[in-house]
Amino acid sequence: MTFSPAQRRYNRSVLLLSAAYALILFGVIAFFRNGPPHGPSAYAAAILPALPIIGIFAAIGRYMIDESDEYLRMLLVRQSLWASAFSLSIATIWGFLESFDLVGHIESYYVAVLWFGGLGLGALMNRLTIGRDV
Amino acid sequence: MNNRLKVLRAERAWSQSDLAERLAVSRQSVNAIETGKYDPSLPLAFRIAELFELPIENIFTSPTKG
Repeated sequence: MTFSPAQRRYNRSVLLLSAAYALILFGVIAFFRNGPPHGPSAYAAAILPALPIIGIFAAIGRYMIDESDEYLRMLLVRQSLWASAFSLSIATIWGFLESFDLVGHIESYYVAVLWFGGLGLGALMNRLTIGRDV
Repeated sequence: MNNRLKVLRAERAWSQSDLAERLAVSRQSVNAIETGKYDPSLPLAFRIAELFELPIENIFTSPTKG
């Protein structure tokens, strides 16, 4: 399998950001365990693990812009639409279930996890609707 | 959209990868266009036509006529 230059840049960015996420998350967990911080520093530390995840969203956006192959770009756009529809639908359903006290609370960052899972669903849908060679 | 891409490519003994390289697109793109699963944009259709030195309508069949 060959990757376009934009795909290679995207893959490299995602790998680096994933590693940064793991490191930051462990660091922040340790920081909160060793005497919970208070005030602005607590907010700043708690937000830190979100930054690499936001970076991955930005990397996906950059890839969509940089990819010169219009067919590959279309595949990613379709994947992203599936991911958005999937994650927002589940989040909406869960929100109502939670409102009526039928299910427990789930942290909202799981919407991002669902969205990344939705990219897999999008890839599957591309395969089913366009064919194996995608 | 139906097209004669596969025939034109075969006449020149080009593989999908050869054609993809000449068009600066992925092999998947060539395959998707050849099999009618993806309709290229107008700029890409012009690049294809210019590569084969043919008018666009000699490569792609108009959906209203096909």
